[in-house]
Amino acid sequence: MTGGKLYDLRGVSKSFTKGKEKITIFNDLNMSISEGDFLAIMGPSGSGKTTLLNLLGGVDKPTGGEIWFDDSRVDNLSESQLAKWRANNIGFIFQFYNLMPMLNAERNVELPLLLTKLSAKERKKNVAAAMELVGLSDRAKHMTSEMSGGQQQRVAIARAIVSDPKLILCDEPTGDLDRKTADEILSMLQLLNREFGKTIVMVTHDPSAANYAKRVLHLDKGEFVEKDLVA
Amino acid sequence: MSDLYLVYKNLTRKKLRFFLTLFAIFIAFLIYGALTAFDTALNAGVELSADNRLVTVNKINFTQPLPISYVRKVETIKGIAAVVPLNWFGGYYKDPQQQVLTFAVDPPKLMAVYGDDLAIDEDHYKNWLKNQQGILVGKSVADMYGWKVGDRIPLNSNIFSKRDGSTSWEFDVEGIYTGKRPQADTNGVYIHYKYFNETQSFGGNYIGWMGIKTTDPALNEQVIKTLDEMFVNTPFETETVPEKAFNKSFIAQLGNIGLIISSVVFAAFFIILVIVGFSMALAIRERTGEIGVMKTLGFPSQRIFKMVLMESFMLTFLGGSIGLLVATLFLGFLNEAPQFPIADLILTKGIILQAVGVMIVLSLITGIIPAVNALKLNIVTALSRR
Repeated sequence: MTGGKLYDLRGVSKSFTKGKEKITIFNDLNMSISEGDFLAIMGPSGSGKTTLLNLLGGVDKPTGGEIWFDDSRVDNLSESQLAKWRANNIGFIFQFYNLMPMLNAERNVELPLLLTKLSAKERKKNVAAAMELVGLSDRAKHMTSEMSGGQQQRVAIARAIVSDPKLILCDEPTGDLDRKTADEILSMLQLLNREFGKTIVMVTHDPSAANYAKRVLHLDKGEFVEKDLVA
Repeated sequence: MSDLYLVYKNLTRKKLRFFLTLFAIFIAFLIYGALTAFDTALNAGVELSADNRLVTVNKINFTQPLPISYVRKVETIKGIAAVVPLNWFGGYYKDPQQQVLTFAVDPPKLMAVYGDDLAIDEDHYKNWLKNQQGILVGKSVADMYGWKVGDRIPLNSNIFSKRDGSTSWEFDVEGIYTGKRPQADTNGVYIHYKYFNETQSFGGNYIGWMGIKTTDPALNEQVIKTLDEMFVNTPFETETVPEKAFNKSFIAQLGNIGLIISSVVFAAFFIILVIVGFSMALAIRERTGEIGVMKTLGFPSQRIFKMVLMESFMLTFLGGSIGLLVATLFLGFLNEAPQFPIADLILTKGIILQAVGVMIVLSLITGIIPAVNALKLNIVTALSRR
């Protein structure tokens, strides 16, 4: 079940120059994502999936067009405004987990909370809740290097949800995991979407992973070629 | 968890690199602390020189004598508060290697000129006045040889001899003086000039130099002029200089210690600069991806800039503080060592403040480039490097 419009991309284009050559990734891309959506973006390598995710996450800026989030335009924000916006609204999950190796699991999860005004006690409470949700309460003090890939990705999920963002962006979240573990992670994402109402945008190569999404968009050469409603 | 905790964890994540870099900084500040304290101790006489004190020596050079009669004449000059005759005794204790800086003086006049610097028990001072064979011993000397009040000790002279041909004088330790300021020199021993003059076999009634206290530093120039003109065209012409200039020229005879020390310290810090700078740059480069992740999570670039700089500060201050601490212990050990020739080697407040200044500059120089790189790091580029 989806709600009001969360994201609106209006005529977005993205290009960059490599040497003397101008490379266009998108040209006049339009799309919208509703609140509570679980969207999978698929496509071959070089189709622009990750670039699209970067634009949605505010880590990259379009060369043209507008990006609206929750009725506010975000593509024209300054770098520091975007950082604040990301901290308040978006959780990120990466293919290779991107955890801080010098911190234990719970410290990794606490990281985004350092950007909030929560007290140490409140942070601890939120971290414990997130760790419990991903089923890693008993491994909170462990270093991430002592954990399996699946456990590390669950720590990354806990980090993504600990500050209660509206949107979770996942870049190949199961790309480094075996099938069974991948299914566990995807089920967890599905749970976050269905039970906690989190909007999820997931880039993936894996059709099985896409099956967990409510909607699948196929991207090729910077254009959506097909739209599927999965569930 | 705080930013400081993150900085600490980042700093110590590669233990071997951390300890080696820390060790390099530690060594640099140990060298800095020890050598600067050495330099300061050597120059303590210059630093502690009073503005209202002058020294008068024979114009030929300060090894030539002056007649003792000059003291009374000089005392009459307007603007002079007190004059003390001093004569180098050339003393040693038991072994010529165990030199004791011994001066023959007139005790009340000594106190009139240098009393502001010397701290001595009043009863001990009175006993010293009464006993012509009594001596006033500096604390450093007393500690070095284990002398205490009441001891009778022999002192030999490698210049003078007694009328019986012996070069050994017997003295009673009547008092031990300390300095009123922490870096005051307490390496001296004072004997009665009267006793020395009466018992020595060379031509008497001569002194090495005069210590003079003026009533006002503003009068120094006039006093110097009047004093030196007083003895023009006599067999013993004088040269009078401010105490500070005299001490400075005395130290200069040892060579340019300051330049040698500065060169060694500069070389040590230059090497450290390269090592720490390289280490910091490497550490931040290795963490490019992680910095990208932190920025992605919402950490502002300015905050990451501060954290990288804090890392540099933490490393330098940790190594520097340990270096200064060990330097303090090392200097304390040297001060206790019985045969070490320089006493009162301490890390003064000035040295510590200077060291903190060096730490700040070192931290900024080694941290600023990695910090700016982290500040400018583009998230997409950083994440693609992981």
